[in-house]
Amino acid sequence: MGEMEELRKEMENLKDQITAARKTFQDSTLQEAAAGVTVVGRVQLKTRKTLRGHLAKIYAMHWGTDSTLCVSASQDGKLIVWDTITTNKVNAIPLKSSWVMTCAYAPSGNLVACGGLDNMCSIYNLKGKDGNVKVMRELAAHTGYLSCCRFLSDTEIITSSGDCTCVLWDIETGTQKTVFAGHQGDAMSLGVSPDFKFFISGACDFTAKLWDIREAECRQTFGGHESDINAIGFFPNGNAVITGSDDATCKLYDLRADQELLTYQDSSIMCGVTSLAPSKSGRLLLAGHDDFNVNIWDMLKAERVGVLAGHDNRVSCIGVSTDGMACCTGSWDSFLKIWN
Amino acid sequence: MPVINMDDLTDKDKALMAVNQLKTEIKLERWLTSKCCEEIKAYIQAGEEEDILFKGIAEDKNPFKEKGGCVIF
Repeated sequence: MGEMEELRKEMENLKDQITAARKTFQDSTLQEAAAGVTVVGRVQLKTRKTLRGHLAKIYAMHWGTDSTLCVSASQDGKLIVWDTITTNKVNAIPLKSSWVMTCAYAPSGNLVACGGLDNMCSIYNLKGKDGNVKVMRELAAHTGYLSCCRFLSDTEIITSSGDCTCVLWDIETGTQKTVFAGHQGDAMSLGVSPDFKFFISGACDFTAKLWDIREAECRQTFGGHESDINAIGFFPNGNAVITGSDDATCKLYDLRADQELLTYQDSSIMCGVTSLAPSKSGRLLLAGHDDFNVNIWDMLKAERVGVLAGHDNRVSCIGVSTDGMACCTGSWDSFLKIWN
Repeated sequence: MPVINMDDLTDKDKALMAVNQLKTEIKLERWLTSKCCEEIKAYIQAGEEEDILFKGIAEDKNPFKEKGGCVIF
């Protein structure tokens, strides 16, 4: 038996052991725990604002921590910072590369970042002295497209890439601090834990991974999806992970039980999940799909309790504001909508 | 794993990394799902009242309320 064959056998053996270990801790399901809970009544959110201004598909959006400003990225080659209450454009930043796939707002509100097919993460300072928004740093080292980025602070940012790795960067020096390797397919999305100690990544190898940022290691790997994971996020208390996949389902994995608790699926939903966001309490899960809709799920009962229909093309991104007051959707139809 | 260059790794290197990763993951201390489910349910129910998307909000308290329109007296 060749070396690779032996290693493959060992891998299968170890995976079986992990599956068995997880089973021994599976003494109940979330359905059982929530048996006494009444399912949420029909949720009907209304479009309160439509943010108009992009001239092409919107690929990403991210709320600022003040729950008022948000940033969006479009393949019209612009990053726009919006005041969602007045719908005014606070900044319209022209990009060097229009093939943008992700954007992020720093928790401080001072910086925004974006990247895409240029394989780079570009950092922009919104609070420069002369009032002009300029590129502050270009973080280049990935050998594949930038699929997602999230700031830890004004000095550190984490990126995920089509080169299968995630990277922690030092923004001031523009260098890689840590390369998180392990995914066997494009890393498509990432989320940072509420305490900033961990991050999760979803990939085209159908798995989600939990990474310890400072120890620089992968702690846990979650499987079960039957296709690429496009979207990932922490459950609000930081102890569980929500994933959305091309297999048209979302899953909830608990970090302490190290296993899946629930799958959100419906035979009538056949389109892949592009984006997701839980509501502030975690009771609702909003998931954007390729079929132009956002499905709203009761997270405890795994029942679909609403639909946001308002876009004329794929919903590519979604986010719930920090104070939970509203949800923002971005679409290939070039509009962003604010709902509550 | 500070900074590594993925392109420098052979297939065998990657397979060894995967095996070592699995060996680490086996050792994880796990909780019973019953305990985890109860915690999730408790967390949700504690926050539901303040969850606007779930509970809704009065029109006059909604910062995103639609402006304008005519008022008919």
